[in-house]
Amino acid sequence: MRQLQFDVAVIGGGPAGLAAALAARREGAAKVVIIERNNELGGILQQCIHHGFGLHRFKAELTGPEYAQRFINEVKESDIEVMLETMVLEVTDDKKIYAVNSKVGMVEIAAQAVVLAMGCRERTRGALRIPGSRPAGVYSAGTAQRFVNIDGYVPGKKAVILGSGDIGLIMARRFTLEGAKVEAVVEVLPYAAGLTRNVVQCLEDFDIPLYLQSTVVQVHGDKRIEGVTIAQVDEKWNPVPGTEKYIECDTLLLSVGLVPENELSTQAGVAIDPITNGPIVNESMMTNIPGIFACGNVLHVHDLVDNVSKEAERAGEFAGRYVTGQGGQVSKRIKVVAGENIRYVVPHEVSTTEPVEFFMRVQRPDENVTLDVGGLRSQRKQTVRPSEMLNITITPEQLQSLEGDTLTIQIVSQKEAAARG
Amino acid sequence: MVKHITCTVCPLSCDVVLELGENDEILNLTGNKCARGKNYATKEHTAPERTLTTIVKARGGIHPLLPVRTNQPIPKGMLKEGMLATSKIVVDAPVTMGDVIVENFLNLGVDLVASRDL
Repeated sequence: MRQLQFDVAVIGGGPAGLAAALAARREGAAKVVIIERNNELGGILQQCIHHGFGLHRFKAELTGPEYAQRFINEVKESDIEVMLETMVLEVTDDKKIYAVNSKVGMVEIAAQAVVLAMGCRERTRGALRIPGSRPAGVYSAGTAQRFVNIDGYVPGKKAVILGSGDIGLIMARRFTLEGAKVEAVVEVLPYAAGLTRNVVQCLEDFDIPLYLQSTVVQVHGDKRIEGVTIAQVDEKWNPVPGTEKYIECDTLLLSVGLVPENELSTQAGVAIDPITNGPIVNESMMTNIPGIFACGNVLHVHDLVDNVSKEAERAGEFAGRYVTGQGGQVSKRIKVVAGENIRYVVPHEVSTTEPVEFFMRVQRPDENVTLDVGGLRSQRKQTVRPSEMLNITITPEQLQSLEGDTLTIQIVSQKEAAARG
Repeated sequence: MVKHITCTVCPLSCDVVLELGENDEILNLTGNKCARGKNYATKEHTAPERTLTTIVKARGGIHPLLPVRTNQPIPKGMLKEGMLATSKIVVDAPVTMGDVIVENFLNLGVDLVASRDL
């Protein structure tokens, strides 16, 4: 078996892996490698040909491939090694990586630090338990996106889309532009799950109906899907009898959520947060295994790639420091707790020596509220929505002023915030 | 007549209400929380624009398709025509991001450019 040694090994060449590798190299890690199973770098951005990426980072509305290309060009100009068409099979807790490649066979990579950047997968029909037959023509939205944008096949002429997440909305427009008819987008929540701009520019622009508080209750068809029955749902998401409606279609796209892909992490003994389905990390994006870091959608599912890049740079920077022996001073450890109307917060644990940017999501939409970080800092928010990740930065000075060793992040009404002074 | 336009400039998503006169001219504009919202709604009412992003056929690259975009937004009503025009285009690799695939696309004064290297 071929044996290789690197300072920092990054698993995954999508936006997180690219940014992490560049940051690790900048921080002084001499030998950095990106291991990617696809035949090119860029990850899922390569099939996201629509624009709207990079507003925060580049102050421009880039397409997915353009956003990726900027990082790929930087990697090409650097001495970072890239192993394409290489599938990682195992990561051990002593940071050995076992991978396969069709040309060189098995490879063992011994790394001083590993950055997990494997991204996420789409939730499938099996996870939803939709009754009915199992005909052809049912795809996850991202799979259909790859067919259309990379391979050049539009998989149907008449589509229904279940789920109003951004990928579903984007695919509604893409199908329409390619000449297919999108009969309906069906969403179980009382509001669209994706960004408002996508509701406007992908559905309203093309008069595609959006059925809220509804779901697909039956898939019809034997060899190929022939139609779906949709129905309204009650507050507990149970279908309401008598509200069924049949829609003829030859394609059903599922845009029903993403799940971080952590098989490798779990194998290595990395502890997973049951809410995010991603690793538990500290302020340096390090997991419970010393020297193993995580960032991007493998850590928690993001809605903006700009945030992925930022988080990955932090992981890469600290991986670089880890291998160059510039580890931070041991300080007081603070446990981060998700309080009122906060579903989760990343990172899960912080020290008081570094500024920390917290990423979090709310549980339910609200208006005129204050985001309160353990009384250390607060920020007014006109609206908060589960689909829009929040972030706030806390300085070491603020962290040092914390009494006790838990930091509760919560959403409070502005009246409540005013009463507390 | 009253027309509602959802502002997409920022996540606030203001519901901008336009009071329109007989010739569709804007008599009054309310509901926006900032000046950008007013500009957006006015533009969206008078001359809505969208950036076209799609793919064209490619020969000799690692993929059979090249993603392309208009480098400026085009009138919303021209999207379909844009799709028909791009469906006839075939390019040859190598291509570099930013390369102009069609100059003065549909005589709109914008260029159709490559979104990536291929």
